[in-house]
Amino acid sequence: MSWEPVIGLEVHVHLKTRTKVFCRCPVGFGAGENTQTCPVCLGFPGALPVINRRAVEWTIKLGLALGCEIAQHAVFARKHYPYPDLPKGYQISQYDLPSCINGKMLLPTAEGDRVIGIVRAHLEEDAAKTIHVGGRSGRIGGADYSLIDFNRGGTPLVEIVTAPDIRSADEARRFLQLLRQTVVELGISDAEMEKGALRVDANVSVRPTGSDELRTRTEIKNMNSFNFIARGIEAEVERQIGVWDSGDEVRQQTYDFDAATGTLTARRSKEEADDYRYFPEPDLVPVEPPADLVEALCAELPELPAERIRRLEAALDLDRATVLVTGGLDRLWGETVAAGADRTAAANVIANALVGAGVDLGAVSPAELAKLVGARDRIPRTAFDEAIAKLGDPGFSAEPYLTQEAVADSAELEPIVARVLEANPGQVEAFRNGKQGLLGFFVGQVMKETDGKANPRVVSELVRSRLEA
Amino acid sequence: MIDTLRLTAEGAMGLLERGELSAGELHAAYLGAIAELDGELHCYLRTSEEPSGDGIPIALKDVISTKGIETTAGSRILSGYTPVFDATVAARVKGAGLSLLGKTNTDEFAMGSSTENSAWGPSRNPWDPARVPGGSGGGTAAAVSAGLAPWGLGSDTGGSIKQPSALCGNVGLRPTYGTVSRYGVVAFASSLDQVGPVARTVRDVALLYSIVAGRDPLDSTTAELPEAVQLPEGDSLAGVRLAVPKQVGDLDAIEPGVRAAFEASLERARDLSAEVGECDLPLSYRYGMPCYYLVAPAEASSNLARYDGVRYGLRTPASAYDEMVEETRDDGFGPEPKRRIMLGTYALSAGYYDAYYGQAQRVRTLLIREHRDALEGFDAIVTPTSPTVAFPIGDKAADPLAMYACDLLTIPSCLAGLPGLSIPCGLSDGLPVGLQLIGRQFGENGLFRIGHAFEQAIGFDTVPERLR
Amino acid sequence: MAITREEVLHAARLAWLALTDEELGRLTDELGAILDAVGVVAELDLADVPPTSHPLDLVNVWDEDEPRPSLSLDEVFANAPDRSGDHFRVPPVGE
Ligand SMILES: [Mg+2]
Ligand SMILES: [Zn+2]
Repeated sequence: MSWEPVIGLEVHVHLKTRTKVFCRCPVGFGAGENTQTCPVCLGFPGALPVINRRAVEWTIKLGLALGCEIAQHAVFARKHYPYPDLPKGYQISQYDLPSCINGKMLLPTAEGDRVIGIVRAHLEEDAAKTIHVGGRSGRIGGADYSLIDFNRGGTPLVEIVTAPDIRSADEARRFLQLLRQTVVELGISDAEMEKGALRVDANVSVRPTGSDELRTRTEIKNMNSFNFIARGIEAEVERQIGVWDSGDEVRQQTYDFDAATGTLTARRSKEEADDYRYFPEPDLVPVEPPADLVEALCAELPELPAERIRRLEAALDLDRATVLVTGGLDRLWGETVAAGADRTAAANVIANALVGAGVDLGAVSPAELAKLVGARDRIPRTAFDEAIAKLGDPGFSAEPYLTQEAVADSAELEPIVARVLEANPGQVEAFRNGKQGLLGFFVGQVMKETDGKANPRVVSELVRSRLEA
Repeated sequence: MIDTLRLTAEGAMGLLERGELSAGELHAAYLGAIAELDGELHCYLRTSEEPSGDGIPIALKDVISTKGIETTAGSRILSGYTPVFDATVAARVKGAGLSLLGKTNTDEFAMGSSTENSAWGPSRNPWDPARVPGGSGGGTAAAVSAGLAPWGLGSDTGGSIKQPSALCGNVGLRPTYGTVSRYGVVAFASSLDQVGPVARTVRDVALLYSIVAGRDPLDSTTAELPEAVQLPEGDSLAGVRLAVPKQVGDLDAIEPGVRAAFEASLERARDLSAEVGECDLPLSYRYGMPCYYLVAPAEASSNLARYDGVRYGLRTPASAYDEMVEETRDDGFGPEPKRRIMLGTYALSAGYYDAYYGQAQRVRTLLIREHRDALEGFDAIVTPTSPTVAFPIGDKAADPLAMYACDLLTIPSCLAGLPGLSIPCGLSDGLPVGLQLIGRQFGENGLFRIGHAFEQAIGFDTVPERLR
Repeated sequence: MAITREEVLHAARLAWLALTDEELGRLTDELGAILDAVGVVAELDLADVPPTSHPLDLVNVWDEDEPRPSLSLDEVFANAPDRSGDHFRVPPVGE
């Protein structure tokens, strides 16, 4: 039997407001432990929450970008669960009346747009940070004691819940890249995963291909990069297929994905853990956003990444368009092309060389970049790489690099190519047996031998003609 | 010699203004009275030896956070807890120059109607120390009654200001929900808790209300007062229309002596040219208590979830976190908070929410409508405040439902968010009886006017007979 | 009986209370009696009545996104039962 993955995502995004969602402590990374705390976010007796207006507005703005209906009456609720990082014993979160519902995100694919439903997007507070100290390799179960820093507690989070519309780990990754770029462009979050500003839980089940049943799903938590997420989902999909194929049943369970070992560890949970006893937060009043506010937020929306991918696709291929847009590179690309660069070459240089060199994109002159793109095959690789690395420097000029010429003389390059092929007989045989991808390896070796001064296009032709002879 | 038993807050202010007395001397006079009587009455959990302002003194119920001064809410779980911030009401009284006399006893987390649930022992009624002063604000009410404070602030969730004021023979106001900040007030049930004044006269109550009332940016559930507080004057009830709920006549829980004093006050009202009519509150007296004992414990179970031994208060040592929290809570909470936490947790838990908490919220809607209808054409609803006079200590301690019934008459208007004023209206067997006046939302000024006129006509001597 | 001992135990776990057997027994009786009393709310057919979670009719009460000073560390830890450096310390959090 063939199986189809059914995947839904819950994405938590930190909003980059200046202050927390229910108190006016500053939000920030790297401040001294517990220095950004007050009676409210420490849960002192009698302290009361007050909503951060900007956090509400940004939640609505994101909802609009995701095509959601904006609730005319949203209500905060208390969600109870016991953990030391939750100082009140409950988290304030929107529950049955969230700010945004029923949206969708279009994921451009080669076969047309995939529609990923957005069930809801709601505003809530983040928990504090607990550190487990001592014991067996710092594992929770074996710690000697735990330490709590309440700085992060109360940071505004938007939780975005998708419908189970995602059909592969790769699709999940592409959805998340597009979502991240969307929140970054809205200016509401840095969405940096390494800082915990974007966190993803995946709900995964599988079903026989073609059926529309929904089987028991499991949840994978704690995945802190898009690659880990894709790998975690892949591992879980495979595991579930194995379970069903062996005649067993998948049981509802929560897993942590360990990226180092590629394994899933089941979380032990108490039977009561899911009885959250939600009820409307009596310390807050409902949010009923005035129509003119929603209209103003709507008017502020920029052209969104998914739309731009579609627009760029007409000029480039889908993959390059996607990489440029989700990398926030498409604007520079457009200006570089306008300055005379070839579309595809410009896309390649920007997405690979420029991003790889860590250049400050905002400081790059599209005109100078266009010159380098045009000269890429002509000038020595070392000169090109150096020029790219310096593109962000103030007053950068491409001229000094453009006058250098790469070695394109076949007579000069032939002996070097021969030497490289001789030195790598195994790779030569593999290439001849169909491993065409090794071409890049040979070119790389020749470039190394010539200190990057060879013209890679000429080298490539020489290697090919020799091997295919 | 200052007669703290008869001195009103206004009177005390006059003494200071005219320079007949210094704030220090006034403070010392109350400390002297406390030294003399509080050993028996146990109104105070702690007192301030020096005045903190140049105005007259005030007593604050121990649920009100006071910066640098231990605040326990009558609970062991908060033993030693010293707030690093002032509750807004504490800051406002401080801002008005009032000087903190001390923190007064309360049922643990304001849960109770007798002050017997205090972890630090019960307070006693100045009229008869073998009896309770009511609760949960028994400490404040008894202190005012015994001349141990000119006035004080309490908190009222289902009757914790009005009922002790009635039982101790003084005046207490539970304000309209949302007129007084709850910021820094140890929470019991957030949608019901309301801070209010206790004093010996209606004018004093109005004065203190004017100091603490008004929107607080730190409490999202506060509103601006629609009109300034007016100190009541005059003694006529002409044109005032009072409504007695039909059901009051049939409530067996109301003691005959209480009923007699209540009816005598109605006569007095007619003498003062008030119109006394009838209104209908059938749901309030049948479903008010059940509704309250679902809503309040549910919110309490949530509000008390923060006492985990991590950041403040009691911690019982244990080798694992979960165990530490459970043992701390078991050691720190007395029987009544535990009962309410359990009841509230159950009422909110999966499978029971709709039948209990959800249903109670709908009942609440009906009670709000019923009160709105009842007040149509009337200025206030009048009932006895408490069905009984002060009862002997220990009488109801073993029977939670009997204790809960003490608030039968105060609860419905609390659920509706309406203001209620209790004034002393007479004695039954030598013990004070309270008259409850319930007004419209934000109708405090009307209650003050009516209450003041009543007070003039009744001429109740607020000094306990045994202390005269 | 409106509530069983097992349900009381379940609620106690949710409520984070370690109850003794004696407390558990007493609470089962007391909660049973209280639930009988408050259970009368079930008599009413309230399908068409909206719930009220708050007696005050306010919406959109919020604050601007402007930082205000946090507490000093002395204030943060003034009442802490156990402090390690600038962290709150607790016994190990079990699984
Ligand atoms: Mg969440
Ligand atoms: Zn804070």
